[in-house]
Amino acid sequence: MSTLNLTLKIWRQAGPEAEGKIETRKAQNIPIEASFLEMLDIVNQQIIETGGDPIHFDHDCREGICGMCSLTINGVPHSKEVGTTTCQVHMRKFNDGDTIFIEPFRANAFPVLKDLVTDRTAFDRIIASGGYIDVRTGSAPDANSVPIPKEQADWAFDAATCIGCGACVASCKNSSAMLFVSAKAAHLNSLPQGQPEKDKRVLSMVRQMDAEGFGNCTNQYECEAACPKLISADNIAKLNRDFAIASVKEAVAMV
Amino acid sequence: MNSSLQFISTFWSSSIGKKIVVAITGLILTLFLAGHLSGNMLIFVGEHAFNEYAYFLHHMLHGAGVWIARIVLLTALVLHVVGTVQLTKMNRAAGQSYNTDGTQRSSFSSKIMIWSGLTILAFIVYHILHYTARVGNEFNNPEKYEIMLDGHVAHNAYKMVIDGFSWLPASIFYIIAVTLLCSHLSHGVASIFQTLGLRTNKTEKLINTGAQVYSILIWVGFVSIPVSVLLHLVK
Ligand code: SF4
Ligand code: FES
Repeated sequence: MSTLNLTLKIWRQAGPEAEGKIETRKAQNIPIEASFLEMLDIVNQQIIETGGDPIHFDHDCREGICGMCSLTINGVPHSKEVGTTTCQVHMRKFNDGDTIFIEPFRANAFPVLKDLVTDRTAFDRIIASGGYIDVRTGSAPDANSVPIPKEQADWAFDAATCIGCGACVASCKNSSAMLFVSAKAAHLNSLPQGQPEKDKRVLSMVRQMDAEGFGNCTNQYECEAACPKLISADNIAKLNRDFAIASVKEAVAMV
Repeated sequence: MNSSLQFISTFWSSSIGKKIVVAITGLILTLFLAGHLSGNMLIFVGEHAFNEYAYFLHHMLHGAGVWIARIVLLTALVLHVVGTVQLTKMNRAAGQSYNTDGTQRSSFSSKIMIWSGLTILAFIVYHILHYTARVGNEFNNPEKYEIMLDGHVAHNAYKMVIDGFSWLPASIFYIIAVTLLCSHLSHGVASIFQTLGLRTNKTEKLINTGAQVYSILIWVGFVSIPVSVLLHLVK
């Protein structure tokens, strides 16, 4: 079994108000089969055994579907592996003797709670503002009872694969949440079920996004490169277009 | 009335709204550049053609045309600058930096937009003082720059351009500004399409290449004038 000896430069921060700093720590005998989070588990085990405060990080499914894991690895959210979440990054991607920088997702709208854990509830508030459809609850409708053209269904599905991790914000030079918001809006806006509330949804989600203090997109597409689900920036173009149309309609309705 | 004012203020204070204003004003300025350049190219046709064109610009719609254009352009410029400066400030306030740089895709031009933009702004002020207001030079002196053109009194814009660019520092500043303009356009023109929602993954390549080609054409065209003057290719 091959193992790695690494130097970790990890962000440690005791609490939201505390001042954080980079701590240097050795990670020894890390099996290459381990995932990145398992590597942190091994390091934490050692810290716990010596009575220290383990490194706090977010995770849940560890299979790339929940969007809970975060971290930037050498400055890139979820590492520079294409279409991969942090939990799916494996240590075989690193070399013996590497120094790895591990920092939290950084954006003022995602305040650090402790070490690598950030508060991403701003996303929840954006969803609550319009990222849903109003339906009568009850038993699930029959499949295909609402006909949807294949192309539209594919587009909606691609957008719906966004797991809400926030890597788009963390990678953006402006901490903009446009990729997330545009994916969530596009998912519902491209389906018949989402049509009745389309304009309201677009306006409220964008307004909530602005209120949360995210920055403004400057079309550099760092988000697209960092997104573990390869969400396309085409969604952003679509959101811009839908926002313009919804704004004009709202203005006309006011007159 | 009240509600339309309210619409404008809500639109302007939203992130996407402000960006749309920046994109539309950017489009106006980009199209102006193409017109400005094609007119300027007449300098290579000859003195008569260039001065006739200058005369036409100033007398279009009995002289009102040039003022309409100036007002539209100035408004577009002010909105473009104020919008981008405000957006940049907000962006700086929203973010934090990492201890290692993980930049993967941003182009160099996209990272210096605010600086290329502000330099271009300074250049525009200088350029207007130089050739439009003609401050600190003799270009308004009728003894030197008044000519008879097809039977009417006209300004010798051709001679003004040659005299203006014969002074090396002016030409150097001009070339630097046009180079930054080229960089600004290479990101800006492609961004117009994205912000107005006209880009898709099918048109992405075309739009990016189009923006590069356009900015290079603008660079070659505008730089050719001071270079030709300095090399005495036009005199
Ligand atoms: S768009 Fe991609 S990076 Fe952004 S939250 Fe969704 S999955 Fe994560
Ligand atoms: S822990 Fe669920 S996606 Fe990584």
